[in-house]
Amino acid sequence: MPADALKCKECSATYPLDARYVCERCFGPLEVAYTISDSDPTELKRRIQAGPQTLWRYADFLPCDPSQPPLAPLPTGMTPLVRADRLAERLGLGELWIKNETANPTHSFKDRVVSVALARARELGFDTLACPSTGNLANAVAAHAAAAGLPAYVFIPGDLEEEKILATGAYGARVVGVRGNYDAVNRLCTELSAERDGWAFVNVNVRPYYAEGSKTLAYETAEQLGWELPDRVVAPIASGSLFTKVARGFSEFLDVGLLEGALPAMNGAQAEGCSPVAQAWAAGTDVCRPVKPDTIAKSLAIGNPADGPYAVELARATGGGIDAVTDDEVRAGIRLLAETTGIFTETAGGVTTAVLAKLAERGDIDPGERVVAYITGDGLKTIDAVRGTFEVADIEPTVEAFEAAVEPDDRASSEPGVAV
Amino acid sequence: MAVTVKLPTQLRDAAGGAVAAEAEGATVGEVLEALYAEHGELRTRISDDDGGLRRFVNIYLRGEDIRFLDGLGTAVSDGDELTILPAVAGG
Repeated sequence: MPADALKCKECSATYPLDARYVCERCFGPLEVAYTISDSDPTELKRRIQAGPQTLWRYADFLPCDPSQPPLAPLPTGMTPLVRADRLAERLGLGELWIKNETANPTHSFKDRVVSVALARARELGFDTLACPSTGNLANAVAAHAAAAGLPAYVFIPGDLEEEKILATGAYGARVVGVRGNYDAVNRLCTELSAERDGWAFVNVNVRPYYAEGSKTLAYETAEQLGWELPDRVVAPIASGSLFTKVARGFSEFLDVGLLEGALPAMNGAQAEGCSPVAQAWAAGTDVCRPVKPDTIAKSLAIGNPADGPYAVELARATGGGIDAVTDDEVRAGIRLLAETTGIFTETAGGVTTAVLAKLAERGDIDPGERVVAYITGDGLKTIDAVRGTFEVADIEPTVEAFEAAVEPDDRASSEPGVAV
Repeated sequence: MAVTVKLPTQLRDAAGGAVAAEAEGATVGEVLEALYAEHGELRTRISDDDGGLRRFVNIYLRGEDIRFLDGLGTAVSDGDELTILPAVAGG
């Protein structure tokens, strides 16, 4: 399924497959267009299954030069799809799966988009990797650039979680804290990308290629489900890119005959403190009025989401929806997922789990449905979100002290101890 | 009131290659009208059929998105700087 052009999502104007991201005619976003292959699905499936245990097993569906293996210095993808029966039982659901993206090299799904952006950036002759980021992307750009031997510049909001800043600088990337929110950082990088030759801002001037990486979330899910579709997907929305590309991935596999059926109902998840897409959904419009973010879910704190209108259209077209949850619900979501699945997620995954719980409670999910929730990042990245939510017993090293402090049937209780 | 309008790379060819242009007006909308009078092709690139901004065009006045101000009716002062940028980056 070779990539053959960049195509405007608004006016359908086409451009060559170079480093551009905006339609010159109407300013709409550009997306990679492919020639749908008439390959035999059995042969396609065989090629995928014979491929590496990384997202490059889907190279036939990615926008890189098919004649040479893509530069992939940091293997990414093929993360576990975990059957979450205990969580399903708690929520009164039937078949529930968690796509555990914490298992990627820098512990979030951003390794996928950076893998594809890096490969294409090298093909296009760029020599430096850069990005505006809410944190997870900063980690991924720093790590993949280091593995490839490229310099990296990452631009982040000045108030970002310390874990994400430290885990970026550790790779040797130049970290630039910008006084302002993500949207200000994004604006700066949009301006800089026009001034810096040789710099690939992964989510700006090579964004059409970068965004394609998120399709692999859908490909893997389908393959791991035995080449079947879920009935419903719950995924977080920041810019709306992941959300829309997951659907695109399923739809491409349908187009080439690797899957049968219809697109899953697509449910998007936002935090109330930054919910321009959920607000547009609730208002029955696709116009996403920008907001100033104020939420603990900083990785989703994009007040001016580039793919917001498309996310709303997709939710509507598939019979899904877009919901927002409070920061307290986000914390509860992190706890719920951790204690029922053993997966500790960052705040974005708390948003997703909380929206899943809300849909279940509202009766929006039929117990017969197969549901997949995308947990996009690791809890160690936003450790403050769980600080103070439990207590650690503090005892002398004697059996008596232990028995006095911790009741046998109450090991997780908060009896005498100190807050952490 | 003279305002400087910084143009993104994607619009420069429609303004004779200029990186920025000077235009007069009391509001953002008036400044844009003055700009269109000078460079007619910019109108269809920036503006939709109803005279509003196309949905993937962002305009900033002194760094603030005009949608957080009064949109096209936002008042401008002499020497202000408007920046036009595509809205499709990030995420």
